[in-house]
Amino acid sequence: MSDETTYQNHAAITVSHLYKSFGDNTVLKDFSLSLTKGENLVVLGKSGSGKSVLIKCIIGLMRPESGSISVLGDEITTMGQSELDEMRVKVGFLFQSNALYDSMTVRENLEFPLRRHWSKTSREEVDRLVMEVLEHVGLADTVDMMPEELSGGMRKRIALARTLILKPKIILYDEPTTGLDPITGKGISQLMLNVQSKYETSSIIISHDMNCVKMTANRIVMLIEGRCYATGTYAELKASTDKKIKEFFD
Amino acid sequence: MNNSFFKNFLQETGEISAFTARFFREGFRARFEFAELFNQCFNIGNKTLGLVGVTGFIMGLVITIQSHPSMQAFGAESWLPAVVSVSLVREIVPVITALICAGKIGSSIGAELGSMKVTEQIDAMEVSGTNPFKYLVVTRVFATMLMLPLLVIIADAVGLWGAYIGVNMKMEVSFDLYTNQIFQKLTFGDVMPSIIKSFFFGFAIGIIGCYKGYYTRNGTQGVGRAANSAVVASTFVVFILDLIAAQIADIIDIT
Repeated sequence: MSDETTYQNHAAITVSHLYKSFGDNTVLKDFSLSLTKGENLVVLGKSGSGKSVLIKCIIGLMRPESGSISVLGDEITTMGQSELDEMRVKVGFLFQSNALYDSMTVRENLEFPLRRHWSKTSREEVDRLVMEVLEHVGLADTVDMMPEELSGGMRKRIALARTLILKPKIILYDEPTTGLDPITGKGISQLMLNVQSKYETSSIIISHDMNCVKMTANRIVMLIEGRCYATGTYAELKASTDKKIKEFFD
Repeated sequence: MNNSFFKNFLQETGEISAFTARFFREGFRARFEFAELFNQCFNIGNKTLGLVGVTGFIMGLVITIQSHPSMQAFGAESWLPAVVSVSLVREIVPVITALICAGKIGSSIGAELGSMKVTEQIDAMEVSGTNPFKYLVVTRVFATMLMLPLLVIIADAVGLWGAYIGVNMKMEVSFDLYTNQIFQKLTFGDVMPSIIKSFFFGFAIGIIGCYKGYYTRNGTQGVGRAANSAVVASTFVVFILDLIAAQIADIIDIT
């Protein structure tokens, strides 16, 4: 079955009955969610509730104790290293800290994944792809700058450009607006919406910034006490009378 | 407290053994990162060549000047080039070069990988489908293994040149006579153990620096600790390896 057929026939990501703990602290207890094609799904929860752990399990940076994670129809939890590396080409990950390679220029940061996965791509094509994603995030003039010369918002855009360069089908955003001022945060949220429509990506967005959640979420999953406590649209959850849900929207 | 120290020591020994085993598992399996290996070799050579060269020259010069009075007292002045060359090539240059590299390269690798770890750059490499162990660790360990013997050979040559100047400060010896005396005394059994042990010194410096950096915890404070402990641990291991090398050379009678 080709990747495209798999993508059309399955949910983009399905997480079922996931358990993950650190010592005696169980952060995910029987957690389940499903991300459908083209959807922006926000996972909302307090700091330390296990949101980042969830997406690190999805990308294979952490192994859950039990449960299953299916990405584009393939089970992650049983994959070997080479299968994981293949899968990761189709899934982009935007780190909270941006994680730009600080010894490389913006161009080298963007070329790094390209050179490793599309090694037969010509020099001209690499340059074209680099400029295309940079123009898309509005930072074409930073191509030869070092990450330390950029502002927080610019770094976030470059990190997103690096995520987009391999044209992933799914993007996992880890607190994309944390540490940014409200205006820059709004710009990043708008950019995420543009990415969704232009690249037709499905996304899981980890956030507790309610402005970002309101702008970007097609659907919200509330992660409370390690479980999927509630799910619904922004308007549905805002109207909820449940005390634990209301805390986030008041 | 002693119990906890012993427990930590055993735990760290176990972890570094597993890290080394992973290096052997992944280091000889495709895909090979040749471009990054050459880049690291260049970095190591570029960072240390000047310091290693100057230190080698000073060592050669100082040892010659300081040995001269004793040799003169025994009426063995003419043996000075031979004695100095053997002590330089067999022991002083490999150990001093390894200690310089432990300080410069070990700390640099520990700090660089530590910083990449705490800023999630290693995770970013992994999620982009690149094996960070191969790209960062395997290349750096191979680079230190390859460059240490090369630096030792260069430092040997510069040290012997320093010794030649030192000899000529005390007496008059032509360059031909000097080299003739050196190569009459220096044998394959003097040079090869020195090169072989520097290869192991390089391996120890690389693997310890990478291990300390790769498993850095506790943010920027952890980066400083990784760099510092990489230097301390690799310096200690260099001396242990030197002791083992001396014992092996003695047992198999390379004297």
